[in-house]
Amino acid sequence: MSIRAWTLLLVGLSFALYIAIAIRSRASSTKEFYVAGGGVPPLANGMATAADWMSAASFISMAGLISAKGYDGSVYLLGWTGGFVLLALLLAPYLRKFGQFTVPDFIGDRYYSRTARVVAVLCAIFVSFTYVSGQMRGVGIVFSRFLEVEVGTGVLIGMGIVFFYAVLGGMKGITYTQVAQYCVLIFAYLVPALYLSMMMSGNPIPQLGFGGSGETGAFLLERLDGLHEDLGFAAYTSGSKSVLDVFCITLALMVGTAGLPHVIVRFYTVPRVRDARTSVGWALIFIAILYTTAPAIAVFARTNLLNTVSEQAYSEMPEWFSRWESTGLLAHDDLNGDGKIQYVGPEAIDSDGQPIRNELHVDPDIMVLANPEIANLPAWVIGLVAAGGLAAALSTAAGLLLVISSSISHDLLKRSFLPNISPRGELLAARGAAAAGIVLAGYLGIHPPGFVGEVVAFAFGLAASSFFPAILLGIFTTRTSREGAVAGMICGLAATTLYIIWFKFLHPELNSAEHWFLGISPEGFGALGMAINFGVTVAISALTPPPPPEVQQMVLSIRVPRS
Amino acid sequence: MSPPPRSDAAAYWRANLRLLAVLLILWAAVSFGAGILFADWLNQFLLPGTGFPLGFWFAQQGAIYSFVVLVFVYAKLMNRLERKFGLEEQEDDSQ
Repeated sequence: MSIRAWTLLLVGLSFALYIAIAIRSRASSTKEFYVAGGGVPPLANGMATAADWMSAASFISMAGLISAKGYDGSVYLLGWTGGFVLLALLLAPYLRKFGQFTVPDFIGDRYYSRTARVVAVLCAIFVSFTYVSGQMRGVGIVFSRFLEVEVGTGVLIGMGIVFFYAVLGGMKGITYTQVAQYCVLIFAYLVPALYLSMMMSGNPIPQLGFGGSGETGAFLLERLDGLHEDLGFAAYTSGSKSVLDVFCITLALMVGTAGLPHVIVRFYTVPRVRDARTSVGWALIFIAILYTTAPAIAVFARTNLLNTVSEQAYSEMPEWFSRWESTGLLAHDDLNGDGKIQYVGPEAIDSDGQPIRNELHVDPDIMVLANPEIANLPAWVIGLVAAGGLAAALSTAAGLLLVISSSISHDLLKRSFLPNISPRGELLAARGAAAAGIVLAGYLGIHPPGFVGEVVAFAFGLAASSFFPAILLGIFTTRTSREGAVAGMICGLAATTLYIIWFKFLHPELNSAEHWFLGISPEGFGALGMAINFGVTVAISALTPPPPPEVQQMVLSIRVPRS
Repeated sequence: MSPPPRSDAAAYWRANLRLLAVLLILWAAVSFGAGILFADWLNQFLLPGTGFPLGFWFAQQGAIYSFVVLVFVYAKLMNRLERKFGLEEQEDDSQ
């Protein structure tokens, strides 16, 4: 069977599975729609959270980014896992005890303020929308690459599936579908990885394989470092970013992870406080399976690529090369007219001491998507990778849509502006908002603002500089007042937004280390935004009245599991 | 929700904070410490039996394994703390 036929089959089967689960998990109350009734067992919840968390970016792009950046790619590995430790230790159990439905719920109640709630809602909606447009785009792209369907049509199909199980089942439908999606995506990720690891190091376990030696007997990493040096790239195992920048980006990603509403809300769905803690643990294990495999894939793929293309005749490239060239992810420009491919880094010089110009452009996304072809794996594996990428994108999209819809129906309508809305009315509003959200997300997926990848980094910086400090201080201090929290959130947000917009959108020509504040990139600035938020919150709280006694009691109450 | 007797809850909270401090120091040590600030220095050593430079290994693998252990250790020790102070949830507490 052809690649296309296998893809259709496997993707079709996976979609049928999600729909079947959705039908069985219809939501019939607001509690079921927002938090799956609060009855999801911790292991299943962990698995669902892992799928929710791992988006198209984790599945498709991350291994490629690590492959291109070597050690510098560690920021993603550390940042996107370390945040779960913060979640488990500092946020999840207390929010579960608090027991409402959304993050703005907590902010609004803890800071006894409708303003705070509305600020939180706007942040949640913005963060979630930027993220979800990237997912829908990812869905469209997987469809177009593997099924030869137009990107727009692919987005519409994806929208349809998500619509079905999100609008019908709410959080309940989404959670159980995500469990299935995790199984699909992890299987799809591991099969090529195990195969590659076996081929290149003799060890089927990728985590061990890439630290081992290849057929020549030399350690793979040592060889890769050597190859990098020869070709003028920075050493793979040490990278080229400044230590301060790596520190800040990692911190911003970790704290941003812990501050993302669609992740936090996952821990409202377990039965008890203690389950919230173990559920984060399970989520992290399931995430770690993929995240510890990715650097292995990165090393294997990078080694393969360099060996295959470097100084080889362009006309003798294997079939996958021209296939991926036609998608634009791979582009060769024979600048020196010698018929061979020079794939080199910025430090490359030839035997006369002249710099060699790089001729090959490699989009990082190719590493996971083209990997099975590069390794000559059977067609069904390729179809599986497509199904896995879709599972990752759809599961994250659904979680984000839930946040958007609950922000509107629960936080804006029920808790702020229409408090007398009936439960049935609220449920209807929630479904309506989910439907509208999907349509808008689909539109953004078909007509992306053009800078989707950067906007996702923006989302992390915002979460780090707005939600995380507000929630953390709300739990661990009783003195933080509403004025302090609102001021802190706004200052942190404003600083981070301005910095990112300045360098990424207004003056991209200035976007390099010598112009950055202390050499910290826009991706890392969220760490400073967070510090600004903390500083402003503490200072203003000291100057304003403390929270009313019932709020202080509430804080003491959420710190202990027993009611 | 009314909170339990102040003395129990306060002692429990202090024990909680102490545990958090220890675990967060370890969290920072494996990630920011071994994986970032000291990575270059650690890279002169290889993880025994493998070809992994040690700093690089912490950044790309070791820290992640440590995170998993930290979270489960935390969950287990908190369960013990809850029992010790008599503050675990009752069956009818879940909302």
